[in-house]
Amino acid sequence: MANKRRFKGGEIPTSSMADIAFLLLIFFLVTTTIDTDKGLGIVLPPPGDMEIEIRKENILNCLINSQGKVLLDEEPTNLEQIHRIVGERLRSNDKLVVSVKAHPKTSYKDYVRVIDQLKMADAKRISIANSN
Amino acid sequence: MKFSKKTKISSEIPTASMPDIIFMLLVFFMVTTVLKEYSGLPVNLPKAKRIEKLKSKRNTVQVWLSKDGLVSIDDRLMAADDVSTVMYDKRLANPQIVVSLKGDEEAEMGLVSKIHENLREVEALKLNYSSKTLVE
Repeated sequence: MANKRRFKGGEIPTSSMADIAFLLLIFFLVTTTIDTDKGLGIVLPPPGDMEIEIRKENILNCLINSQGKVLLDEEPTNLEQIHRIVGERLRSNDKLVVSVKAHPKTSYKDYVRVIDQLKMADAKRISIANSN
Repeated sequence: MKFSKKTKISSEIPTASMPDIIFMLLVFFMVTTVLKEYSGLPVNLPKAKRIEKLKSKRNTVQVWLSKDGLVSIDDRLMAADDVSTVMYDKRLANPQIVVSLKGDEEAEMGLVSKIHENLREVEALKLNYSSKTLVE
């Protein structure tokens, strides 16, 4: 005689549920790459042709030619030297405005490096002239 | 006189609601992570040292600039002079917008300058030259 099996009621084992959820959580945490945009911040001047008179001795002209060579106030300057020279000028004159003007054929790379150098010198007032 | 022993206090941490808590965490992280929306153009970003991070992804618009002089916003190619029209709508929707300019190293300044002009026109003045960290 076969004795009947008694049905004891089914249950889903929930003790490992937490572990599974943790695993999922860690998986998502690891796989989401947070790539924030980073770069050199700059604020453009508002529209309209404003003319602000700046005294000549408060302007530092910075010209970049199409080969990426830099002219700082008529003086050819090495790229790595810019932050030192601008820093010195800023210390002697805190009203200094750096005016950057690039040739239309200048590569963006050279321009960014010059801006980077100016940022390293803590130049707050940077004016970007139109290239065209 | 006999004192009845105190009943044992159970000293277990209730784990029954643990999965719920963790699922909530999971859902929170899934909702808050913003995935990359647009792929953009292939560019070699320039390198710089004094880099700052952009705070929020929701406030940034990426303007792509390839070395061939192509301009793209939200995966749509456009002429440099159309940037102002697109940016106008974006600035209306979100006045705190920051433009992240993803320009190729070899892009020409003439084009970058044109984009400057376009951005100024619609008063999208916060600009960020996207660049990689320079390691010496």
